[in-house]
Amino acid sequence: MFHRINAIILRHAYLHRRSPARVMEVFFWPVMDLLVWGYITAYLKELALSDAVLFFIGAMILWDVLYRSQQAISLSITEEFWVRNFINLFISPLSIPEFISALCLVGFIKSVVTTVVLAILALFLYQFDLLQLGLGLLPFYGNLLLFGWAVGLFTMGIILRYGRAAEALIWGMPFLLQPLSAVFYPVNVLPEWLQAVALSLPSTYVFQGMRQVMEGGGINWGQMELALGLNLVYMVLGGLFFGLMLRSVRIKGYLARQNLQ
Amino acid sequence: MAQATEADRAIISVDGLSKHFAGHKVVRDLSISVPRGQILGLLGPNGAGKSTTLHMLLGLTQPSTGSIRIFGKNLQKSRRSILSRVNFSSAYSSLPTNLSVWENLSIFARLYGVRSRRERIRELLELFEIPHTLHALTGALSSGQLTRVNLCKAFLNEPEILFLDEPTASLDPDIAARVRQTLLRIHRERGVTMIYTSHDMQEVQRMCERVLFLSRGKIIRDGPPGEIVDRDGAASLEEMFIAISLADQEEVRSDSGDKD
Repeated sequence: MFHRINAIILRHAYLHRRSPARVMEVFFWPVMDLLVWGYITAYLKELALSDAVLFFIGAMILWDVLYRSQQAISLSITEEFWVRNFINLFISPLSIPEFISALCLVGFIKSVVTTVVLAILALFLYQFDLLQLGLGLLPFYGNLLLFGWAVGLFTMGIILRYGRAAEALIWGMPFLLQPLSAVFYPVNVLPEWLQAVALSLPSTYVFQGMRQVMEGGGINWGQMELALGLNLVYMVLGGLFFGLMLRSVRIKGYLARQNLQ
Repeated sequence: MAQATEADRAIISVDGLSKHFAGHKVVRDLSISVPRGQILGLLGPNGAGKSTTLHMLLGLTQPSTGSIRIFGKNLQKSRRSILSRVNFSSAYSSLPTNLSVWENLSIFARLYGVRSRRERIRELLELFEIPHTLHALTGALSSGQLTRVNLCKAFLNEPEILFLDEPTASLDPDIAARVRQTLLRIHRERGVTMIYTSHDMQEVQRMCERVLFLSRGKIIRDGPPGEIVDRDGAASLEEMFIAISLADQEEVRSDSGDKD
């Protein structure tokens, strides 16, 4: 089992070693985001707003955890369509749970690398210390990673079913969730009906929790447990959805044809 | 002890296999028994159901009805253990072009749990006469080299059954001939069962011990190539193929005429 998971991780390691575009995903875009949000924050501080505006930087760094882990999964499957390698993988003894586990691990590694780089830059450029989140960093990180994987499973299921026509979802899906996750503002600024939607997302509790910690409050462990519970539900639903899509493409014969699109 | 039946001896046993997409029957009630070590050619005009049959045999497409047993095991229930003993090469699939040949082959060697990966990869590249491509980028290879790298991938796990979908399409005639010789040599030495599709009838005649002609999802001829050509009174397999394709088109036309 592990040699097959290892093979898929290695496949992505080789790809990143040879592809500047893939390396840019891990470093360039997140750093550009950090610079934009960092300077906005510096400007707001100049306007004599409180240090609490620093949460913009924390939110941007944590948001990237969800984004990277979702993208690692959904981009990987599309990559196999692009290079017509899809059939080779699916006729090998690699099982679907092994394939997904490997992609989740790739997402984890990419998000850790990006977070470390962003945290170091944020400390030097804006004196923002991500470690001020203390122990809270672990549940925040873990919940965002899990939610990214769950969203990735949904996205991957749709891409599997609809092929290249659905590729835009790889980049679009997280931005559908961003305004609802109260990343840069508290959930109570949303209209009431949208608040209910926001509170059904694990990411909302993470960003609310992060602001609470940065404002000097403690970690609300109850909310972190709620986020974890929601994540488990989304992971199960994501897995079931992916399984359903896989069954559907096997019946419709799309699995074989995806390779040729 | 009861004598083993033909189905017991068969390495691939297909019974009553059908597939329809949105009410359109693509494969109809196919029953095939392939003995170990046979090279079987799947032939037929476009739309005859060759690819769908191949995809069902590889577990990529789920049959509407019927069963597939490979090594005596049900394909749907024992997918992984069957797939670890078979492999596939197609002119229409590729390997990641931005990885080197070594990287690609070592990934697949790991997926198939190949021991002594380095030696195995070198041995296969030698066998297909492309050892110099080991560290080349896969995307920089000529189509002939790429086809042979695909074949190296297909032999990594020393498959007992090899599915070959037009393996020599896109090859220059001299390289195609050398690839065929290598495949025949491997078949002779290791007794690999091969399921072969090709549009090159001369190639099929040279390679296959038995051919199945499919037309509109049904088997219409089954036997050694020379024998079925004689039975049909045709001059060659190619002439027979053309006659079947024309009859097939005629039937499609009359069917659509009936519907109108």
